[in-house]
Amino acid sequence: MTMLKEGRPTAPTPVEDAHMAPATATGNRALMLEEKLIFEIGSTDTTGVDFADAPQAASRFGSLARTDGIGLPGLSEQETVRHYTRLSRQNYAIDLGLFPLGSCTMKHNPRLNEKVARMPGFADIHPLQPQSTVQGALGVINELAVWLITLTGMHGVAMTPKAGAHGELCGLLCIRAALEARGDARQVVLVPESAHGTNPATAAFCGYKVEDIPATPDGRVDLEALKTRLGPDVAAVMITNPNTCGLFERDMKVISDAVHAAGAFVYCDGANFNAIVGRVRPGDLGVDAMHINLHKTFSTPHGGGGPGSGPVVLSEALSPFGPLPYTVRMADGTIHLIEEDNVGEEMPQSFGRMSAFHGQMGMFTRALTYILSHGADGLRQVAEDAVLNANYVLRSLEDVLDAPFGASGPCMHEALFSDKGLAEGFTTLDIAKGLIDEGFHPMTMYFPLVVHGAMLVEPTETESKAALDQFILALRSLAERAKAGDEALKGAPYHAPRRRLDETLAARKPVLSWSEPDLADAAE
Amino acid sequence: MRYLPLTDGDRQAMLATIGAASIDDLFVDVPAEARLAGTIPGLPDHASEMAVERHMAALARKNLSAGEAPFFLGAGAYKHHVPASVDHLIQRGEFLTAYTPYQPEIAQGTLQVLFEFQTQVARLLGCDVANASMYDGSTACWEAIGMARRITKRGKAILSSGLHPHYVSVAQTMAKFTGDELAYTTPELDSECDSSKLIAAIDKDTSCVVVQYPDILGRIEDLTALADAAHAAGALLIAVVTEPVALGAIKAPGAMGADIVVGEGQSLGVGLQFGGPYLGLFACKQKYVRQMPGRLCGETVDAAGKRGFVLTLSTREQHIRREKATSNICTNSGLCALAFSIHMTLLGEKGLRQLAGLNHALACQAADRLAKVPGVTLMNDSFFNEFTLILPTDAREAVRNLADRGILAGVSLGRLFPTAPDLANGLVVAVTETTTAEDIDALAKALEEELA
Amino acid sequence: MSRYFTDEHEWIDVEGEIATVGITDYAQEQLGDIVFVELPAEGTTFEKGDDAAVVESVKAASDVYAPISGEVVETNSALEDEPALVNSDAEEDGWFFKLRLTDATELEGLMNEAAYKKFVASL
Repeated sequence: MTMLKEGRPTAPTPVEDAHMAPATATGNRALMLEEKLIFEIGSTDTTGVDFADAPQAASRFGSLARTDGIGLPGLSEQETVRHYTRLSRQNYAIDLGLFPLGSCTMKHNPRLNEKVARMPGFADIHPLQPQSTVQGALGVINELAVWLITLTGMHGVAMTPKAGAHGELCGLLCIRAALEARGDARQVVLVPESAHGTNPATAAFCGYKVEDIPATPDGRVDLEALKTRLGPDVAAVMITNPNTCGLFERDMKVISDAVHAAGAFVYCDGANFNAIVGRVRPGDLGVDAMHINLHKTFSTPHGGGGPGSGPVVLSEALSPFGPLPYTVRMADGTIHLIEEDNVGEEMPQSFGRMSAFHGQMGMFTRALTYILSHGADGLRQVAEDAVLNANYVLRSLEDVLDAPFGASGPCMHEALFSDKGLAEGFTTLDIAKGLIDEGFHPMTMYFPLVVHGAMLVEPTETESKAALDQFILALRSLAERAKAGDEALKGAPYHAPRRRLDETLAARKPVLSWSEPDLADAAE
Repeated sequence: MRYLPLTDGDRQAMLATIGAASIDDLFVDVPAEARLAGTIPGLPDHASEMAVERHMAALARKNLSAGEAPFFLGAGAYKHHVPASVDHLIQRGEFLTAYTPYQPEIAQGTLQVLFEFQTQVARLLGCDVANASMYDGSTACWEAIGMARRITKRGKAILSSGLHPHYVSVAQTMAKFTGDELAYTTPELDSECDSSKLIAAIDKDTSCVVVQYPDILGRIEDLTALADAAHAAGALLIAVVTEPVALGAIKAPGAMGADIVVGEGQSLGVGLQFGGPYLGLFACKQKYVRQMPGRLCGETVDAAGKRGFVLTLSTREQHIRREKATSNICTNSGLCALAFSIHMTLLGEKGLRQLAGLNHALACQAADRLAKVPGVTLMNDSFFNEFTLILPTDAREAVRNLADRGILAGVSLGRLFPTAPDLANGLVVAVTETTTAEDIDALAKALEEELA
Repeated sequence: MSRYFTDEHEWIDVEGEIATVGITDYAQEQLGDIVFVELPAEGTTFEKGDDAAVVESVKAASDVYAPISGEVVETNSALEDEPALVNSDAEEDGWFFKLRLTDATELEGLMNEAAYKKFVASL
């Protein structure tokens, strides 16, 4: 059997803290207010919205009128505002402090972007309006497309993918369409061991067999192993650059040349584009397709898990195969849309549609606003400061935390540490949970899988030196406690809205929706 | 640059700590031929907030927004009034600027919302469980077809002709690469849905039947017979709901036997936004939960015994399962799910029923009024807030002409089905609580003039 | 009845032509808290080395390979409600499935308990 032993403890040991403050009658703790579920506080007879009376009309439902109770509680507006405000205060956020999640690029979200996205001319237009009435929206898509193409040195861009993984899918579909167009039925996609899980999942989703490429001891793709494996059955190589160990793949151009010589394509996972934007163009490195997470590099808010946006820049070889709809700027300045009715004449090799409409318009307006604010000079500064901040963290902590690739040169935008050297029984999880008590969001933990107990720190460029110094102070203190075997660390966090949560219980007996307690009891 | 806090002094001090002489030293691993010496030519430099806002506002002004005109577009995206508190609450930084709740101790806000959202969606759609959202309705629909393949181990999906043609396109794109067989024909301009044809087409190789409710032409029908026929053949019924407000007035697909119900949640809280970001809804029967794609939030307790919430059943997902995952989805539509959930909480069942009733009553009024326009026929017997008119002329042309007169008249079937000339005279008209009697009158009069 | 072990951390009890298969105590210890076991359908036929079952902890899903060829005649339905049985009693009540052997010679070369213990000690 396969046996993955990596990872974190998932069930906490119960705690009995001698010095806990006395319980309050309400369970509240001053500004930290407990909040029940809407199903416990709301009622199906309450509403926070007033409507005009409906005009009389005979229903056209036939026998289909809904007669059962739906079970949807309502709250007045005041209660609604309070419910969600209280819940919001149980979240950590970039607006509160440093959020160093490696590979996630949690940078400041400028509020101008929010203001622009809410302009009625962008927020209140329908995707199927006649093209003459949405020229400004199509103009945003086209203008952003030009920026993305120019910043990456590529030939075209598919704007519709809705997130990074959707972009990966788009890129691989282009590759597969291009191979099929030349009658070449290749079956294998090569993915480095350190890749994000979406890479192999996407390749498998597209019907490819996935094979791992090993890494060298210095944390990069093993070029010789890759060259040896290349052959007529390999459709594509998916590479993340900068990679998930936070390192630039020095041999990227050599890799691309070898891949092309073998008749295959290079897919680059652009999750870490923030490290090189304005300083390196992936097109100069031989990349054929790369998705750009607008919610990372271009600062559209993560929103607690989305929405994202994952446009895919394409080489000349792949551009004809991109998805619908596609925008084209005409000689008179109007923007013209390629859809199903004109695709035959204008883009006959398109692989088709991959989402209902034009992609994540609300993210395009934000990203374009961000890009215009920075300009070419500001974006270059973004990459420089992101890389500077990460190296500062790396060099400030490598005396107390093991940095597995620290000796192999500077890192890019993220610093990688491991749990090597912690006292027996202490783990990366303990350090992460300790960071919560120190007022920081933990770093990415246990990823990439190639490093034991990995801690991947991505500070981003929008952190000041003072913020970094405080973070370094906190992480240094935690590393020292974990090395000294401070048992108290295993109980962290102590000061968060919740202590460590029992993930094992959640998975063994999944409770995925609320049910009335008496009904739940009766069912047991 | 206003978003970058480091000063030149900071940079020098940090380089000294690192032991690097210059920033360039940190980029030594980039091959020399790929290092750019200066800024990329042809792109402007940074700009003030005021200048950027001015540029973007000029682009926004080139669009005719839905609030500026009598507006009747639907077909998978609907204009509804979103209460002011929804947008205020989703802009709280603790929601807006948080990440996926991988550290549950400091993400209980997002997690409790997701748990409430999952419950609301499951109840609305009439299912046991719902996930924490997908990208949009079209991708949720495709994921449901893939899920049916995994459950039944069969590869033939039968798509109703009433399914949104863009959803069909997405499924066809994906099927080219996964090898699924899709049976589909374009719809007919008929007041009846196509369930009898679908029932006849089900065979032993069928993984699922996919039916939209209300369908692309606005029609509704009882899905019970279709569910029974699918189940008798060992296939699943997938129902697609693009207008969730309808379920405040008409029976839930899950209650009629659908095994998987997916939908587009844009109607509640999200807004039109030119097609995205939207909100994929995904719900199913309890027994299929481990085959479900996407994130799930579940209830548990913390080390001190307090109730809390975590992401769970993650072993289905790509970050653990890699090439064996149920889907490659990672990022979802968290903030849109929050907006949906807040809007639903404001409405409650009472408000949702009122909202649905108002939509339907206004749609009935509009249908009756527009059917009186000379030459125009109302195709539907049944509908919720959207119906199909048959014009005596090409509807796409009519829509363009009406747009020039400042009226956004609906979605022509020519736009939706460009390769089906027999549908060219069809016009899908949506009416919601935002539609006024004056709007209806304006459309009727303009249509009369256009067709005269 | 005789018990065999594989280097993939499965145990096999053979009684006549029926082999009962589970994962070893060492394996459950390494995996941590088991939250779900996906078992094969009865009637499925496996070649030695095929993916036969999946055992999930919160953080990982591990494939269990068929240690020998055969047809699945019974699966341990108790694991559906109580996956924790694999943790509490991996080598008895926590069994996964029973196979009707197609080739008893495949058992040759598998480890006995002493050899497996030695193998584990060497890891």
